Amino acid sequence: MNGYLFAAYAAVWIIHIAYLATLVSRYSRLKREIEELKKK
Amino acid sequence: MKRAFPILGILTAILLSYALCMALMPVVHIWGFTVGVPTEQTMGDVQRIFYYHVPSAWTAFILFTINFVASIVYLARRKPAADIVALTSAEVGVVFCTIVLVTGPIWARPVWGIWWTWDMRLTSTLVLWLIYVSYLMLRRFSASGQTPLLAAALAVLGALCVPFVYFSIWFFRTQHPQPVMGGGGSIDPRMLHVLLINWLAFSCFAFLVCWSRYRLEKVQREVEQAHALESLTEAPRSMR
Repeated sequence: MNGYLFAAYAAVWIIHIAYLATLVSRYSRLKREIEELKKK
Repeated sequence: MKRAFPILGILTAILLSYALCMALMPVVHIWGFTVGVPTEQTMGDVQRIFYYHVPSAWTAFILFTINFVASIVYLARRKPAADIVALTSAEVGVVFCTIVLVTGPIWARPVWGIWWTWDMRLTSTLVLWLIYVSYLMLRRFSASGQTPLLAAALAVLGALCVPFVYFSIWFFRTQHPQPVMGGGGSIDPRMLHVLLINWLAFSCFAFLVCWSRYRLEKVQREVEQAHALESLTEAPRSMR
C-alpha cells in the first residue's frame, strides 16, 4: 500500500480512537462521581 | 431507545468496515462480478485519501450547521437541551474538521509537492477549525453563568464561515481541486458510490458519537446540580 495512503487512513482512525478514549475516560470519572454521591 | 443504540452501533461498524474495504479495494473480478473502485490514472493510490477526506469535510459541515441551529434555538428559548446539542455537535465537528486538516496535507505532499499552501480553501478551513476550537475552549475554561450565551453568539458567527469555506473554490482561484458534485466536473460512478457509502458511514458514526456525548453531558450537568444542592444543604449545618 502507498505510504501516504496508509498514513492518512491511520491518522483518521488514530484521531477517532483518541477522541473515543477521552469519552470513555470522562464516562468512568462521571461514574465514580455518581458512586461517591450515592455514598453520602 | 436503549436497544436502538447497540443496534445502530453494530450497523455503523458494518457500514464503516464495508466502506473501508470499498475505498481500498482496486477493481477485481470475482465469479463474474466486478467489485472495487478504479485507481485514478494521474494520482494513483494517493487519490483514495479522497474517500476519507471529502466525507469528513461534509460531516463536519453538517455538524457545524446543527451547532448553528441549536445555538439559535438556545438564544431564542434558553433551552438547556439545545445548548447540549450545540456543544456536542461542535465537539464532534472539530474532530472531523481535524481529520480534514490532517488528511489534506498528506494528500497534497505527493500530488502538489508541498504539505501546505496559504490557498483560500485551506486557509478558510483552518480559520473555521480555530473558531470552533476557541468555542470549545470558551465552554471548557469559562466559569461564568453567561458561558452558554456567549458560546451561542460565537457559534452563530462561526457558522457564517461554513458557506464561505464551502464556496471558496467557486469564488476564488485556488489550488484546491474543484468540487466533486455541482461544480461541472465528472466522477466515475463507482468512485461516487464509494464516496457516498463513506459519507453515510461517517454520518452514522458521528450521530452515534454525538448521542453518547449528549448523554454524558446531560448526566454531567445533573451531577453538578447534585453537588451544588449538597453544598447548599451542608452550608447551614456548618454555620451552626
